[in-house]
Amino acid sequence: MNRRELARALSSAESITAPPRPNEPWRVLGVTGSPGVGKSCLVDRIVSHWLSRGERVAILAVDPSSPISGGALLGDRMRMASVDAGDDVFFRSIATRNVPGGLPSRLNRMVDLLVQEGWTRIIIETVGSGQSEIRIVAVADRLLLVEGPARGDVIQAEKAGVLELADLVVVNKSDLEGADRVADEIRLSLNLSEGAPAPVLLCSAETGDGVDNMFAIIDNLPSARGPATARARERLLATHQENLLSHPKFADALKGLSEGRLSIEEALSMLQ
Amino acid sequence: MATPLRIIIAKPGLDGHDRGAKVVARALRDAGHEVIYTGLRRTPEQIVRIAMDEDAQVVGLSSLSGAHGFLFPRVCELLRESGLEDVVVFGGGIIPERDRPALIEAGVSAIFGPGTTSIEMIEFLDGLEV
Repeated sequence: MNRRELARALSSAESITAPPRPNEPWRVLGVTGSPGVGKSCLVDRIVSHWLSRGERVAILAVDPSSPISGGALLGDRMRMASVDAGDDVFFRSIATRNVPGGLPSRLNRMVDLLVQEGWTRIIIETVGSGQSEIRIVAVADRLLLVEGPARGDVIQAEKAGVLELADLVVVNKSDLEGADRVADEIRLSLNLSEGAPAPVLLCSAETGDGVDNMFAIIDNLPSARGPATARARERLLATHQENLLSHPKFADALKGLSEGRLSIEEALSMLQ
Repeated sequence: MATPLRIIIAKPGLDGHDRGAKVVARALRDAGHEVIYTGLRRTPEQIVRIAMDEDAQVVGLSSLSGAHGFLFPRVCELLRESGLEDVVVFGGGIIPERDRPALIEAGVSAIFGPGTTSIEMIEFLDGLEV
């Protein structure tokens, strides 16, 4: 499949026939975190690092669709200088198209296709997301959580959610004040959990401080930390949702529901 | 809802003015399309590469620097060479009237200058058969 054919095939995940990818060696790095913490700039650094080691790197960058118009402005690409040249890097912007959970259901099959086509590293950058958005673990083999120096009080780090599933936490913008304190708070929170805590690093995608250390840790991440049940749960939910959305009567059920002709129970029974 | 068009909004060449490109990108988003903005100072080669990877149906080129006479035809030529001849190209910015026939001849489907309303542009896109 040439580049053009690959790009075309990714547009219609329904037609992808690639077999499910193997779990090991791990290939898919999920990068998540709140809006504005610097996910795209860190990804740019990681891409350059992997390219310099001879990997073939594909990036799937997800941005939100407008709930009103259905359109989207996909801007991650402009922040990544490393992705517009060379045959060993492929970048695709993806709109959520308003799928709950913030990740398009077709992502898993897109990744299977990229792996089949010989891409050795795949990075999925999520929508700038909150604590409860953990659908990414349905697709990613390893999860990098990015934080920034401007964070709420200490109790923010104690809340449940994506922090518990991260394989690595990077506090970006370490050149700005407050980054040390945020890293300490996250470490404290993680140390209260069972088992060995995920590493918490400081680095600056802007200046390059700490990025070599980050590369070394990413390249040697042990097996995924998130409990197998949590990952399986997200995968099951994602697949179920995908089936629901592609059900031939989905549009009818939605219309009936929004016009008040159907109850939620009746709509659900149409989709069984 | 109809499947949105995937549209690249690009700034070719040495030109740091992108207010217009950003306003256009936003208007097309609000019209229900998926818009990928390239950022400043991209080469024609990069723009064609982006259109390919993103599987875009439309490329919009914005220029205020005066180099449109070289850059726009070059993008059209590279699209054809890459097998992307079905991608529709439109242009905008400061493009003098006398320069426009040559650009249309080179493969640019429409030129939108200052004073264009977003509705005109959206109607142009709605009329495309892609």
